[in-house]
Amino acid sequence: MERLHFEYAASQPIKQRAHVGVVGSGDLEVLLEPSPDQKAHVTIITSVDGFGKTWQLVMDRFFSRYQYAASIEIHDFGATPGAVALRLEQAVERSQA
Amino acid sequence: MSQPTLLGPQQFLARKSFVELNARERAQALLDESSYRELLGPFERLESPWLLLQGVVPQADDGLIVARGKISGTDSLILAIEGQFQGGAIGEVSGAKIAAALDLALEDAEKGHPVQVVLLLETGGVRLQEANLGLEAIAEINSSLIALRQHVPVVGVIAGMVGCFGGMSITASLCSYLIMTREARLGLNGPEVIEEQSGIEEFDSKDRQLIWG
Repeated sequence: MERLHFEYAASQPIKQRAHVGVVGSGDLEVLLEPSPDQKAHVTIITSVDGFGKTWQLVMDRFFSRYQYAASIEIHDFGATPGAVALRLEQAVERSQA
Repeated sequence: MSQPTLLGPQQFLARKSFVELNARERAQALLDESSYRELLGPFERLESPWLLLQGVVPQADDGLIVARGKISGTDSLILAIEGQFQGGAIGEVSGAKIAAALDLALEDAEKGHPVQVVLLLETGGVRLQEANLGLEAIAEINSSLIALRQHVPVVGVIAGMVGCFGGMSITASLCSYLIMTREARLGLNGPEVIEEQSGIEEFDSKDRQLIWG
């Protein structure tokens, strides 16, 4: 198990908090809430060690598309980068609905 | 034998399968539209305090969804176990959520406001990482359920595919009604274990007909 933390400059407000996913095999849960400052905070707890660089790339890509000032908490149980990206998109979609 | 019908992509996406839903979606599917209200949801962050200490990733709601709402207009409480998280195994927090919700339903019933209860059971039993705390939680759940079922029906549902095993199979058997799908499984323990515990007169583990029906 490993804990990771990322921060990005962000400007767009989040409308409402959103929760998606399950901490099940190959899946993850995402809790997305408005951030208290003009930054995005991402905290990850993952069951798989040694993939910090991959997480960094997935998050860089996500925040190159969206500038949401969100606090994001991820509980990961071995999701692939594709699954992570889809869950993040789903959380954003719910929060802006 | 008839040929299976092949579904087109649109038909495939339009299918509604209860078994494919996660616990929260199952609770939402059962309750009347817009009556769904979740108690102690993921943003309350009532996680297991024990899993992280053992290097296991927790879930923000500890894999247990408590939802109030109406089923066909009748006040209802749904307790849905998330079978994908730790095989739906019961820990200190998820167990306490079930027992406390049943106790509140009992209080309501005694005050003359009956709330019917549905348990969505997908569980391997006690979460080994929380050992005695999980066992104790199941004892609390069972005693709360026995008190409550005198006032309102408690309906257990085992839809699958995890099934309902271990200590939680006792909870299932205490329900006023138990609904299972063809694919669902309910079991306390291996046949030999039950024979050891209860004696061969009660349960003969070599009796294939008895065990496999």
